[in-house]
Amino acid sequence: MLKISNLHVTIAGETILNGLDLEIAAGEVHAIMGPNGSGKSTLAAVLSGREGYEVTEGSIEYFGEDLTALEPEERAWRGVFLAFQYPVEIPGVTNMEFLRASVDALRAHRGEAATSAVDFMKLARATCKQVGLDTDFLKRGVNEGFSGGEKKRNELLQMLLLEPKLAVLDETDSGLDIDALGVVADGVNTLRSAERAIILITHYQRLLNHIVPDRVHVLSGGRIIRSGGKELALELEEKGYGWLTEAAA
Amino acid sequence: MSETANQKRDVDGDTAIDRHLEREYEAGWVTDIESDTLPPGLDEDVVRFISAKKNEPEWMTEWRLEAYRHWLTMDHPKWAHVHYPKIDFNSISYFSAPRSQEDRPKSLDEVDPELLRTYEKLGIPLHEQEMLAGVAVDAVFDSVSVATTFRSKLAESGVIFCSISEALQDYPELVRKYMGSIVPYRDNYFAALNSAVFSDGSFVYIPEGVRCPMELSTYFRINAENTGQFERTLIIAEEGSHVSYLEGCTAPQRDENQLHAAVVELVAHKNAKIKYSTVQNWYPGDSEGRGGIYNFVTKRGLCAGERSHISWTQVETGSAITWKYPSVILRGDDSVGEFYSVALARGRQQADTGTKMIHLGKNTRSTIISKGISAVRAENSYRGLVRISPSADGARNFTQCDSLLIGDRCGAHTFPYIESRNPTATVEHEATTSKVSDDQLFLCRQRGLDPEKAVSMIVNGFCKDVFRELPMEFAVEAGKLLEISLEGAVG
Repeated sequence: MLKISNLHVTIAGETILNGLDLEIAAGEVHAIMGPNGSGKSTLAAVLSGREGYEVTEGSIEYFGEDLTALEPEERAWRGVFLAFQYPVEIPGVTNMEFLRASVDALRAHRGEAATSAVDFMKLARATCKQVGLDTDFLKRGVNEGFSGGEKKRNELLQMLLLEPKLAVLDETDSGLDIDALGVVADGVNTLRSAERAIILITHYQRLLNHIVPDRVHVLSGGRIIRSGGKELALELEEKGYGWLTEAAA
Repeated sequence: MSETANQKRDVDGDTAIDRHLEREYEAGWVTDIESDTLPPGLDEDVVRFISAKKNEPEWMTEWRLEAYRHWLTMDHPKWAHVHYPKIDFNSISYFSAPRSQEDRPKSLDEVDPELLRTYEKLGIPLHEQEMLAGVAVDAVFDSVSVATTFRSKLAESGVIFCSISEALQDYPELVRKYMGSIVPYRDNYFAALNSAVFSDGSFVYIPEGVRCPMELSTYFRINAENTGQFERTLIIAEEGSHVSYLEGCTAPQRDENQLHAAVVELVAHKNAKIKYSTVQNWYPGDSEGRGGIYNFVTKRGLCAGERSHISWTQVETGSAITWKYPSVILRGDDSVGEFYSVALARGRQQADTGTKMIHLGKNTRSTIISKGISAVRAENSYRGLVRISPSADGARNFTQCDSLLIGDRCGAHTFPYIESRNPTATVEHEATTSKVSDDQLFLCRQRGLDPEKAVSMIVNGFCKDVFRELPMEFAVEAGKLLEISLEGAVG
């Protein structure tokens, strides 16, 4: 599904990703871990097409297509979803109209008719319950006045409604209490399927107790320096990153 | 006027030939000047000519002349935050007959395709497109019959809704009593000019206790054509009456006259309510601002009686220059004034708009919600005055002014003036300035919305408090209008 080869990315001339290779097949969950400043969030930004990131070398293939040639919305239409680390507020635009516009935009691209207001309302309400948000949040402005935890649940709500093929969660677990972490993990686990791939970017092993990854990668200095199974995360929890980054340096 | 006159005679059973003859007669009788169009220039003879053409009573002619003489003593105002070349008032023609059928486009095929695309996006029916684009249509009788049905319904409830010219013929005493009572010709430079040379406009009278059975829209008023340049509107709501008036049109309107100076006067008596909604979408000019309309408008309402209520709601998206401050004088005790405004300026547009709330009566209340949006290289200013006079015990005002910037070469400015001379009054002012951020835009795009849809959604959210105040259909159209106006503003 996703094949990243020798990816080099710069921001304002500074190299952040430096020869990253990563291959993910449909149905897999991969965790990306690594120290601060290793390039984890840059990877999320480049996959979703944020401006200001320049790919200087290498390639990203998504279902055989060059992902870097697509606009952010074109990537969204093809099933790429990013759960933001810091979700922004859009005052006055209700969550409901935002969600429906998004869902309909994706449906339109697939040649499907727009949702009916009533059906969508039911679905949105049910999904709200699933992520532990009161349905009143549908009437509020997008992330407007939401607490940190509510914003993360709202990202999850969007993800569940948009049913992406490739979901990238950028530190969705940071700042969450144990209960909220459980909700996020349950949400992600319900999305797990043979057609979907999920990338979890995280600092903490604790998320991986709830969402068991197929592969764990350690990112450092802009490239993957170690890959392994779920047990690698436990090893990192115990030893930290030092033993790996020193070895790689 | 002529169509309305014809329509009346239709009721009397007169034939087309009679009508034709009468028209010839009218033309010969009104004036000894043969031409239907005046050469450019302004002097007392021009003012007299306009008044004579309209067969106005003598007091009206005199009033126009006084206004003209006063205008000569005034200077062009310079305080607004707008820039434009000096207007040569002698290069303007102050009277011209409507364009003849031969001069008009024969069909929509001859109309600017860009204009047609906009009409299509707004979902305007074909025959209305023709009307807006000024196409010569045979089906004039369609609109006459619609207007006739509309009028008979209004007449049943005693509501008068006609052009100012007709009102001067049919209800001269009402016009004489109120015209200039709210906006005297001495008020300002453009009001004086309008008083001297006003072309036409609307007259509305709601009798005591009557709730107007429908929303009054200038769109339904036949003869609306060619009254745009120096329009004059007068709305009187008698005790306990209620009216909602819609002005303008979401479709872009073109006009050969660059200078527009309208005057609107509202009077609400005891327990009466007037809701006045405007969507202004005059041609803003090309990307360099050339050829756009200069819109200098004086709008004012008087809450004359106790518990009267005047509410202004405006969506301003057009014009090269907008200079407009719909105001309310709160004279009656417990009266209420409201101003809800969205002003969008893009390209090289300049908008200086806001309101004045003058509190005279006890326990008077006013609310001001202003949303200014600037894109590309536009300049958008809010200018508002809240004055609490010594007599206004317990008066309250709440003002909220929000500015939204799209891009980094546009400007937003706020000029609030607060004068409180009564210690029991409460005045609150809140102001914010924000930008459509890259992060907001990226969030929307990541969720599958294209950039234009994303910006229009963000802007619509920003304007929500004002759109809520618009009549339902108008609100939907206003949303679409913003979306179309913002096309090309991103990127």
